[in-house]
Amino acid sequence: MPVVMDADRIGRTLARIAHEILERNRGVEELALIGIRTRGVPLARRLAQLVRDINKHEIPTGALDITLYRDDLMRTAVGAQPVVRRTEIPFSIDDKRILLVDDVLYTGRTIRAALDALIEFGRPKAIQLVVLVDRGHRELPIKADYVGKNLPTSPSQSVQVHLTEIDGRDEVEILEP
Amino acid sequence: MKKDLLSISDLTSDEIHLVLDTTEAMREIGQRPIKKVPTLRGKTIVNLFYEPSTRTRTSFEIAEKRLSADTLNIAVASSSVLKGETLSDTAMNIEAMSPDMIVLRHASSGAGHLLSRICRSRIINAGDGMHEHPTQALLDAFTIREHKKSIAGLKVTIVGDLLHSRVLRSNVLLLTKLGAEVWVSGPQTLVPAGIERMGVRVSTNIDLAVADADVIMMLRIQQERMHGAFFPSLREYFNVFGMTKARVERAKPDVIIMHPGPMNRGVEIASEVADGPYSVILEQVANGVAVRMAVLYLLAGGAEVD
Amino acid sequence: MSKRLLRGARVVDPANGRDGAFDVLIEGDRIARVGRDLPIDDETTVVDVPSGLVVCPGLIDMHVHLREPGQEHKETVATGTAAAVAGGFTSVACMPNTRPVNDNAGVTEYILRKAAEANLARVYPIGAVSRGQQGEQLADIAELRQAGCVAITDDGHPVATAMLMRRALEYAGMFNLPIIEHCEEQTLQADGVAHEGFHASALGLRGIPGEAESIMALRDIALAELTRGVVHIAHMSARQTLDAVRWGKSRGARVTCEVTPHHFILTDEMLGAPVPYDTNVKMNPPLREAADRDAMLVGLADGSVDVIATDHAPHHYDEKQVEFDRAPFGITGLETAVSLCFDRLVHPGVVSLARLIELLSVNPARILSVKGGALSEGAPADISILAPDMRVTVDAGRMRSKSKNTPFDGWTLRGGVAATIVGGRVVYANEGVSLQL
Repeated sequence: MPVVMDADRIGRTLARIAHEILERNRGVEELALIGIRTRGVPLARRLAQLVRDINKHEIPTGALDITLYRDDLMRTAVGAQPVVRRTEIPFSIDDKRILLVDDVLYTGRTIRAALDALIEFGRPKAIQLVVLVDRGHRELPIKADYVGKNLPTSPSQSVQVHLTEIDGRDEVEILEP
Repeated sequence: MKKDLLSISDLTSDEIHLVLDTTEAMREIGQRPIKKVPTLRGKTIVNLFYEPSTRTRTSFEIAEKRLSADTLNIAVASSSVLKGETLSDTAMNIEAMSPDMIVLRHASSGAGHLLSRICRSRIINAGDGMHEHPTQALLDAFTIREHKKSIAGLKVTIVGDLLHSRVLRSNVLLLTKLGAEVWVSGPQTLVPAGIERMGVRVSTNIDLAVADADVIMMLRIQQERMHGAFFPSLREYFNVFGMTKARVERAKPDVIIMHPGPMNRGVEIASEVADGPYSVILEQVANGVAVRMAVLYLLAGGAEVD
Repeated sequence: MSKRLLRGARVVDPANGRDGAFDVLIEGDRIARVGRDLPIDDETTVVDVPSGLVVCPGLIDMHVHLREPGQEHKETVATGTAAAVAGGFTSVACMPNTRPVNDNAGVTEYILRKAAEANLARVYPIGAVSRGQQGEQLADIAELRQAGCVAITDDGHPVATAMLMRRALEYAGMFNLPIIEHCEEQTLQADGVAHEGFHASALGLRGIPGEAESIMALRDIALAELTRGVVHIAHMSARQTLDAVRWGKSRGARVTCEVTPHHFILTDEMLGAPVPYDTNVKMNPPLREAADRDAMLVGLADGSVDVIATDHAPHHYDEKQVEFDRAPFGITGLETAVSLCFDRLVHPGVVSLARLIELLSVNPARILSVKGGALSEGAPADISILAPDMRVTVDAGRMRSKSKNTPFDGWTLRGGVAATIVGGRVVYANEGVSLQL
């Protein structure tokens, strides 16, 4: 069965995470959501919406492209460069508690790149990590603060997150090699 | 992408769009408090400029530094050319230091091609003689796209010293590739032989050429390249071919006026036009850094060349 | 007296009206007899020429730069004549733009001495029209003639003024010396480096229009008419020039003309591909458009063109490994000419083999008034043995010329040289051909 989370499950998981965020963070005013491109961005927006539904508060939301910070960029000699998209963080991150949002946490290298990028934008008070799926196999000491679902996988498998805003449906699949 | 960017013809139209799309992302970096990304960290880029140029060289240098590359500026005074060190020897000496990229500006058409045969580094042509200036055309295209959304179907008129202009050739190649209707205009003495074969309409009647244009691009009258008798005087040039307010009014109401710089006010362009509401000349300069960052980024990866 | 009989070969000797199987008897340095079933004695070495080879009067290249004295890094008389005989040429006429210029007997004699030392191809020096080729004062033309020059030229550029050309034609006419002219109106040339046309425009190279050549040709033809002098148009490249030559000939002017192989084969398209800005494609006059190249082919076929000459212009690798603007003009030609002529003229049927021999031997000999051009009895035994069907791959690295600046490197061609005989001596034999000379 490749589908491990359906639309309903994803919806309830995000709702649970939104509550967790509010529970663990005393000052809502300091919070900001930054989604890592590409699928972290709609997830961040949904979380902002869910928080607004709960306590009427509007958390500022931004989008971060980490392509230029990847550690594997100039290493592979084959093929074209990955496409770079815009980073849009229309607020200061100084003294904020940043909630970094991504769809899948795997080796941790994407998060490392995101941390490097964020530092350039300012000095946040704290950074917490929100992921929809944690599939294990970390290569760096990175840990998520909020996890939608833990999914044990083998390295040969791939985890595909589909979101309505981008793929037309909400679904998480595990695909065999 | 090819190893080098020597000519716009090295890029497919998809690759041109990729450059322009990447430029958007790169531009945002210039708006951050810390205008730096680590992408080209540890890469060495040599700016080898045989012709003086403040604008293009600083634009490349800022682009390189924003990508965290190590830059090396070599401004070759003409005397060392006279002293006899050939471009080949200079290239081989530089190559011995293993730069990743060389940005070359030179007075001879095809200098970049020669360098490319000698060096394994990636070569970016920052202007070779009368041949091409690809990054200028790319930043011009980006500027046009910002204002007009799409280049296909636009009427673009390029006016000036067509014969000696490398900006002309790169722009003609790029704009025709992306589907614009390109007109070129200037004195008959400055029309290159066979230029219609590049897919442009030629007219020595500037009023006809700019009629209903969406974009007017002025070329500098390159006085230093003149070997005489191309036109009688700057005064007459301005009267017959200068971009005046009256001429601009023949174009579309939302026309944009462009110029690669530096401008000769009162020769190819009237001051009131250069500084007027249709002019996007300063934007071109601002976009130059972002476009060059995109080019450097896209060329820096890619397959190794044997 | 050594005797050698070339037996059973196809002999193409248009001056004597021969094209067929003949025997050629060489005695010492002369041709003794040409006929069929010639008698043999014990002293005669008999060479059965393999079928497929062609025996013809020695080829003469009347436009060669040997670079000596003064530019020996590019070529010397020794290496140049070695290249010539490998290319099937028994004689070359060498240009005076050496350093110092060949405008006096001293330099002429020097060149002849070097040629004698090399003892390969015959060398006929061409002297300068003006002192130092500066275009101001006439050189000592009679002295040059006396020393052995067969023509005069200021090649590299035209004779500077109409007045000087007129005087030169009148003066040289007294000695029946032809003036070989590099036709190029200098102000129209205007720092040009390539043919003025679409390709030069696209590549940002300054162009030289064909009219720069034809205008000067018209000047010189008119002056030749005026003076009854003899002018030979060197390395013709533009169709307008060929029209001018036809016009002049129709009026009885004493004008002849030559075309190089690269001008009847290549076009300015090569500026951009396969190697953009290849300096081995830079020469003066430049490669022109297809219409010009095609016009040259028509002229070769219909007799308007008199001579094929190579304008062999060796340049050292370092000198050509520079920006296109700065590279010197010229390519080598001695070792590629015969193969190119077979592959692009004879085999496609543009000219017959007999006509080719006229272009490469009969006419040059006549224009320069030197012995050769025919396998006549009593004539010097200058013989080229050609192999029209030999498969040749041009390999610049193995050429005998000191310089390797050729755009034909790597080309596979059909046609080559089997052997070259000068004054009865075999000065070149192609190892790949089983010809027991």
